[in-house]
Amino acid sequence: MRAPRKMPWKMALALIALAMVPVVEPSLPQRLAISEPMTDVFVYAILGMALNVITGFTGLLNLGVAAFAAIGAYVFAISTCEIYPFQLGFWPALALTMAVGALAGFALGAPTLRVRGDYLAIVTLGFGEIVKDVLVNLDSITKGTQGINPLPPPTVFGAELGSRGQYWLLLAFVVVVFAGARSLERSRVGRAWLSIREDELASRAMGIRPDHAKMLAFATCASLAALAGALTASRLSSSGEPSNYDFQVSVLALCIVIVGGIGSVRGVLLGAIVMVGMNSIVLVKLTEMIGNTDSAGASRLAETHGMERVWVFITTWAQNVLLSPTNWKFLLFGLALVLMMMFRPQGILPPRAEHEAPPEDEGTGPAPAKGAAP
Amino acid sequence: MVRAVAAVEMLATCALSRADSVAAFAHDGALSSWEVFGQQLVTGLSNGMIIALIAIGYTMVYGIIELINFAHGDLCMLGAFFALTVVGALGVDQWGGAGGTAGLVMVLVGTAAFCGSLNWSINWLAYRPLRKASKLSLLVSAIGASFILVNLGLFWGGLPMDVFAGGTSSAAPKAFPALVSSDPAAQIGDVIYSRTDFLVLCVTLPLMVALTYLVRYTKLGKAMRAVAQNPTAAALMGIDVERVIGATFFIGGALGGFATVVYSLYNQTVSFQMGYRMGMDAFIAAVLGGIGNLPGAVLGGLLIGLIRSMSDGYIEARWTNTVVFGILILILVFRPSGLLGAKLREKV
Repeated sequence: MRAPRKMPWKMALALIALAMVPVVEPSLPQRLAISEPMTDVFVYAILGMALNVITGFTGLLNLGVAAFAAIGAYVFAISTCEIYPFQLGFWPALALTMAVGALAGFALGAPTLRVRGDYLAIVTLGFGEIVKDVLVNLDSITKGTQGINPLPPPTVFGAELGSRGQYWLLLAFVVVVFAGARSLERSRVGRAWLSIREDELASRAMGIRPDHAKMLAFATCASLAALAGALTASRLSSSGEPSNYDFQVSVLALCIVIVGGIGSVRGVLLGAIVMVGMNSIVLVKLTEMIGNTDSAGASRLAETHGMERVWVFITTWAQNVLLSPTNWKFLLFGLALVLMMMFRPQGILPPRAEHEAPPEDEGTGPAPAKGAAP
Repeated sequence: MVRAVAAVEMLATCALSRADSVAAFAHDGALSSWEVFGQQLVTGLSNGMIIALIAIGYTMVYGIIELINFAHGDLCMLGAFFALTVVGALGVDQWGGAGGTAGLVMVLVGTAAFCGSLNWSINWLAYRPLRKASKLSLLVSAIGASFILVNLGLFWGGLPMDVFAGGTSSAAPKAFPALVSSDPAAQIGDVIYSRTDFLVLCVTLPLMVALTYLVRYTKLGKAMRAVAQNPTAAALMGIDVERVIGATFFIGGALGGFATVVYSLYNQTVSFQMGYRMGMDAFIAAVLGGIGNLPGAVLGGLLIGLIRSMSDGYIEARWTNTVVFGILILILVFRPSGLLGAKLREKV
């Protein structure tokens, strides 16, 4: 056990640069405005760090992390929205959200302790689907697909935050969760998680109770994911509709963890910047730059023949579909997962080994399921 | 305190209004006659046969390399797009009579070949390099493959063809032309057994019989069973394991191809997002029956089809997915080996 490392200057520099974005932005052209989508990156970074606790540290693949974010968003919305009788303030509501999130984590964790590996992944996926459907169907409480709105803006010491203030608030949350995750990793329970990931049997022999540790991992993950959901709801001033928290979101969170480096908190931050940056900034800006699609092609197609017809067919198709970069989103997620698994399963920024592990066989996958291979 | 009381009151009213509406629905929609029940039974069994055929693809792959082939449902979705493209390009829906039947057979076989080859290629590109990796890396890779296929479906739906509504809205669901009329083939009281129901039976049943024969009595089937039991031992006995795995993917994909054409004809609409739902139903069926077990997949498929249609009829259509996923979770937690599966050994 060594003392916590000092904050590296690179990271401090990056933090200052990020914090400066809303200050510098007004003097830049509209097209370069990124503070709005950057808040997306922040929220997904928190979601990614939440998933990293369970999938990265503990080695349990969770495909339903979006469900916890949904629970967080709805608990936060119901406890703050003016159409409900609770109307808590921002901070009490956030505390309540995280507590409910942790309970939801226990609720999913407790019955699934005996389910392992790929089956656990599918159980969490099913949990995500059920939560989403229940939120849609209980429309007398959740307003169904409309979502719950408006939500009051966040307050700090009684002062309401504007968009710039919310940006800094989210950034601050990312920093706090990052620091928390780093110190959790080095704590007693964090080391228990890592040892379960490496070898459950051996860690049991060392006196660790895997069931307790796994439950804690579930609760921590769920609580942080609920925080991410609540922050999204607060930023959008609406819980959003339940389908905003579907399987896609869980997979995006998984992409963040896997691209960044499974089990590496720094990696997850990088993964969030790369994946969500691509998804919410690069693709969206490209689509804005390219402009509208042309729907005249289909009618031109009927009048042409031969090679010209082939040409018109292809150009119409390209204009309708291919030139709209947001249409490439799923390909981006899919390629990220497949290529990382194939060429760099440990991620871009793998966790620094605390003590050198013995060299592994070539082609062994990422850390979580060592020894699970048949 | 006042707030808390108000909150409890509100929750109570919500709960009561739910209970009322459920009671009212049960009263109106309750199956007062056996005919409604019979109709749900027919729909459930037909959908169940289709689900079973797709579930076989999951169960074969799981049996042989212990991979939940997440991309299987989306493979079927692409198969539906392929079938729709062939139908649109050749105008198969206009052929009529014997030509129409020949066209249908052609579309079925073509789609099966397409899906089989695609599944084989996915295995070659995305899964084969990960043979020595952990099960979870393989699953992550399969999820990735699934998303790539979804995106290909999105692109495909934008082709400027008439069957794709000119391609102006690639994400919108497309209508699948009725190659088989839905006229009644048989009728008892008000229960209609339509020609599409009959088509489902005519396609799925022979395929299941053929597959059983292949797995039980052919050399390839024996090799598949050997690889499923122990790949290393099979390789030592001179079996080309990679070839057998490839063949498994091809056969599973081809069955999915047949199933997806029948599914599209039966439900008459295709969209790039249909793969997830189809795939989940089939996967749940495979798990319910006992993953890795062929008769189990068929039994599970029929059960899931029936549960879906009965839940649509008796509970409410919007709760059907919740019911089905609930069953999935209960099985995985309490009886992971499914109904017919052998007790799984835990490999630590």
